[in-house]
Amino acid sequence: MDDPILSVRHLTIDIPLAQGTMHAVRGIGFDLKRGETLCIVGESGSGKSLTSLAIMGLLSKKLRQKAEKLQFAGLDLRNQTPRMMRGLRGDRMAMIFQEPMTSLNPAYTIGDQLEEAYLLHRKAGKAEARARAVELLGKVGITAAESRLSQYPHQLSGGLRQRVMIAMALMCEPELIIADEPTTALDVTIQAQILRLLSDLQREMNMAMILVTHDLGIVARIADKVAVMYAGEVVEQGTAAEIFDNPRHPYTRGLLRCIPVPGKTKPGERLGSIPGIVPSLVGNFQGCAFRGRCDVAEPICSEMVPVQEEGQEHMWRCIHAAGEGASEGVSQGVRP
Amino acid sequence: MLAFALKRLGLAVLVTLTVSLVSFSLLFMSGDPASAIAGENASATDIEAIRTLYGFDRPFLVQYTDWLFSALRGDFGQSYYFKLPVADLIADRLSTTMLLGICGISFALLTAVPLGVAAAVRPNSFIDRLALFLSVMGQAMPSFWFGLVLIVIFSINLGLLPPSGSSSWKNFVMPTVVLGYYAMPAIMRLTRAGMLEVLNADYIRTARAKGASEWRVMFKHALRNAVVPVVSLAAVQMGFMLGGSIVVESIFALHGAGYLAWESIARNDLPTVQALILIFSLFYIVFTFLSDLANAWLDPRIRVG
Repeated sequence: MDDPILSVRHLTIDIPLAQGTMHAVRGIGFDLKRGETLCIVGESGSGKSLTSLAIMGLLSKKLRQKAEKLQFAGLDLRNQTPRMMRGLRGDRMAMIFQEPMTSLNPAYTIGDQLEEAYLLHRKAGKAEARARAVELLGKVGITAAESRLSQYPHQLSGGLRQRVMIAMALMCEPELIIADEPTTALDVTIQAQILRLLSDLQREMNMAMILVTHDLGIVARIADKVAVMYAGEVVEQGTAAEIFDNPRHPYTRGLLRCIPVPGKTKPGERLGSIPGIVPSLVGNFQGCAFRGRCDVAEPICSEMVPVQEEGQEHMWRCIHAAGEGASEGVSQGVRP
Repeated sequence: MLAFALKRLGLAVLVTLTVSLVSFSLLFMSGDPASAIAGENASATDIEAIRTLYGFDRPFLVQYTDWLFSALRGDFGQSYYFKLPVADLIADRLSTTMLLGICGISFALLTAVPLGVAAAVRPNSFIDRLALFLSVMGQAMPSFWFGLVLIVIFSINLGLLPPSGSSSWKNFVMPTVVLGYYAMPAIMRLTRAGMLEVLNADYIRTARAKGASEWRVMFKHALRNAVVPVVSLAAVQMGFMLGGSIVVESIFALHGAGYLAWESIARNDLPTVQALILIFSLFYIVFTFLSDLANAWLDPRIRVG
């Protein structure tokens, strides 16, 4: 029971480009247990989405993917046939995407698309699938579910479509759900609703969840574990408490400085920002990827980065240890 | 859906009326019809007699409504040349043309759509190059030349197919290929482009994330969305084939309506020309209407507001 449902070790993803190979994901790893939520945080292009697609087996064939370990519910995902992966997808692992407006097929009704998710994996009749669709639409808080089934995606608002996407992902009660920035495209008021819904359902169904986001406010609210990605690497990971109360990597600290803290940030106070841009990942890369933007970088950073650990789960990639070289107090009680 | 269909139908009727007005006006735009019928050496009294006989002296609108209501009853008047009812003349030729048109568009669709899908699934592969090659050939080769080449190969050298006539199905093989191959490139390219675009859509990724097989992703989720513009194009080409297959009909001596139109223009046989123009336009209108309905069925965004 305590075995992780998903175990990733040293996952790398390379993208062959005309000007060379881009090392988009460089040796990341994490474990996730049933009922746990892992938040993957990072800027655009840090490899968050690629990582989720790789777990689902949905990466384009042009991309090269390697891993020392990629295990889901005791299955080695590296040597599953495409057919076996299809059997897992939508059944035992499901995914919710960033763009609810375009993620549903415009040509089919909501009902057709929900039922398809069920019928692909269960030996069931149309009536049973329909009943399941109604049940799930109710679960995701859609009223008048029966009548929604005959509607088309273009008749629904973005928030409703994302609820439908969530219902679709949950049709077969997956053990793992991956949500790739599920609220980015939605209104702020709807964002909170959708997230609360996701985390309630996750608890109710005891699923493992990976939530990809760049919104630390969201992370603070629902994460058990956090992995901070930068330029294709996990630069720091640990429990949510460790990351928010005791961030070790300068990048994590920088990110935390970027969000306002209720009661702590004074009105009119400037929020932090991280200067510079993400380095190009084309070609061979040595040393710490963050050194160009880091205010505590040292010459050695261009050659090597040690992995440091503390306690059970807290890990970071930096030459600096516990708080050393840290500028000023983001250290304590930042968690909003 | 019903409201949509009725709206389109109303539009189709209006277009038909406009076309009928234009085609009727042709009679007067091409000179004095009475002197055309009377011939070159007719005297002024003969021309006047003919004018009264055919009713050309009446006001234009009266003549038009008279002609329109007769046409609605299937009476298009007498052919000047054949001295036969135009309706009988056309009915006789239309079956050949329609058979040819249906075979032609079927040939085009059955080759172009699978080829377009295959090319889109593997861009820059061998099959994509082959599809490109075939479509460039189809666009570059004039129908009359391609038809003659086929006759040389299959009729003269191999003796497999008859070069002309319309007595058996064998007569239709080469005309079908020539006509269909002419329409194929555009359909193929539109299918390929549509599929390439749709295959990058987010909902295709969603379908894969559900665990749908590649086959299902292609044909259930992608093709239905990609094929919408193809239906419209095919409808226009179908209309074109029925009205404009003159070249192909002449080469293979298939006496169809296109060939009749060409003959009648040469003979100044205006009632026949008028009727054919109206019928060919009706084909366009009917096919456009049908393609609108098909598209509304394929894409709910058109029919459900």
